[in-house]
Amino acid sequence: MRAEALAGLRRREGVALALLAVALLAAPVVVNGYILSVLVLALFAAYFGTAWNLLTGFAGQLSLGHALYVGLGAYASAALFVRVGLPPWLGMIVGMAIAAAAGSIIGALSFRFGVTGVYFALLTIAFNEFTRILFDHFGWVGATSGLFLPVANRTHDNLWTLRGSPVMFYYLLLALTSAALLICHRLLNRRIGYYWQAIREDQEAAQALGINVFRTKLWAMALSAAMTALGGGVMAFYDNNLYPDTVFATGRSIEIITAPIIGGLGTLFGPILGAFVLTGLGEIMSWVSGSFHIDGLKQWCYGAALLAIVALQPSGLWPWLRSLLALGGGRR
Amino acid sequence: MSAAALLEVHDVAKRFRGLQAVDGVSFTVPRGGIVAIIGPNGAGKTTTFNLIAGVYAPDRGRILLDGVDISGFRPDQACHAGIGRTFQIVKPFGALSVLENVMVGALKNAADVAAARAQSLDILERLKLADKVDLVARSLTLPERKRLETARALATRPKILLLDEVMAGLRPTEVDAMVRSFRELADDTGLAILLTEHVMRAVMALSHHIVVLHHGQKICEGTPELVSRDPQVLQCYLGTSASRAAG
Repeated sequence: MRAEALAGLRRREGVALALLAVALLAAPVVVNGYILSVLVLALFAAYFGTAWNLLTGFAGQLSLGHALYVGLGAYASAALFVRVGLPPWLGMIVGMAIAAAAGSIIGALSFRFGVTGVYFALLTIAFNEFTRILFDHFGWVGATSGLFLPVANRTHDNLWTLRGSPVMFYYLLLALTSAALLICHRLLNRRIGYYWQAIREDQEAAQALGINVFRTKLWAMALSAAMTALGGGVMAFYDNNLYPDTVFATGRSIEIITAPIIGGLGTLFGPILGAFVLTGLGEIMSWVSGSFHIDGLKQWCYGAALLAIVALQPSGLWPWLRSLLALGGGRR
Repeated sequence: MSAAALLEVHDVAKRFRGLQAVDGVSFTVPRGGIVAIIGPNGAGKTTTFNLIAGVYAPDRGRILLDGVDISGFRPDQACHAGIGRTFQIVKPFGALSVLENVMVGALKNAADVAAARAQSLDILERLKLADKVDLVARSLTLPERKRLETARALATRPKILLLDEVMAGLRPTEVDAMVRSFRELADDTGLAILLTEHVMRAVMALSHHIVVLHHGQKICEGTPELVSRDPQVLQCYLGTSASRAAG
């Protein structure tokens, strides 16, 4: 009986995943340019949310400064491309290394001195802000006047130089988000994934079971920071212009965490679902408020929608959707 | 100190601000032995546990496990040295399943996740939680959570198990069941157990040897029969109900 039920579940999951994959792969062919740009935004949110979720959702360390790693990845790859002529992907590897080092330093300082919970969160904001101010005065990357990439040739897609159409970026982000999801899935089912979740649930109990809490949390910091920086690099080549005040904006840090919270903190699909729902919602609200000509209606409606979701589904949309569709996957 | 001792606590002391929580306590636990630390509230029982488990470093004195000086170890290092502990206020990994809770402990020695899963299922069987493996830990009742806490500690394959008031809040029949399962465990595996307990019924039934603490100092130690007749102990702590339980 149980085996049959399980097989049925697997089939349903397989069908759902296949349908989703087909829809996502076919989307650029079907939709217009505007919707494609919205989908790209949703994929950026999904990717960043997935990377943040690794640290906060799985390992339980609340970071409110992930724009720091977005910015380090973006600036490293863009500046090395513009100034040194380093190919984007090599620059992104440098950016990932810098971000991982930054994450490790912040983690080492916090975890060594027992800074946890909201104090840790404050520290992540502080480092985010320090770096923004530092980049405001960093002439080599353009300081406050910004860093600009040569205008993209939108007819010839080149994945190596990252010059090309939104369709190329769409598929690139789809691949990166899928890879991030796969990495999270793999890690969760390994020793470190169990250790992260144990630390999230109760650090003292985790330590009593022989887990080196310091090292385990540091891994989460470094990995999450590096993953975020890779997305930052792609973002730099998609936007083509970088200003410290927008790249390192604390508002971006908050945006990054909204999708995973709405979708389901600590779940695998939550950040992705949340990203699509929130990005879609934002666009619909813009359209609605635009047709009524009322200032601030968009923000008001967006806020009300967030409030409704948090109030009705505090553990996120994905756990609710999963039980609605009778999909498995445990609590993830 | 006998050569057979597994755990040797030598003259340990710990002070918190103005309070001398533990003041020069010494005792030993032999291999396969079951030793209870008793005493009134605030006697220093949990602090002694926390000193052994690495939560605090002792201000003075030494703690040896199997001849290795573990005083000042971090909790995870103490665990690797062979200390398995439970918490007085249970600390389940609430969002994880019962099986996953135990697997976290088993992963310390297991070659991989599959091996940890198999070992954990065996341990859960022994602690009579086999029918709860897929439940989320926060849905367990208090007696079940206490058993889960023990299962998780056992999964790390300790040399000695520290049980901090695992019987508190249990009904007498549940206490008897817990006592039976710990007896079986000690008999089957030769595991040493150090427990603190207020439930005298359990202390008397389970322990080979009792250490009595009062105001951070050891006032008496010996067999359950001896301790329960010691006038100093009776005066400071045991009282009439415990004497009856000792029967």
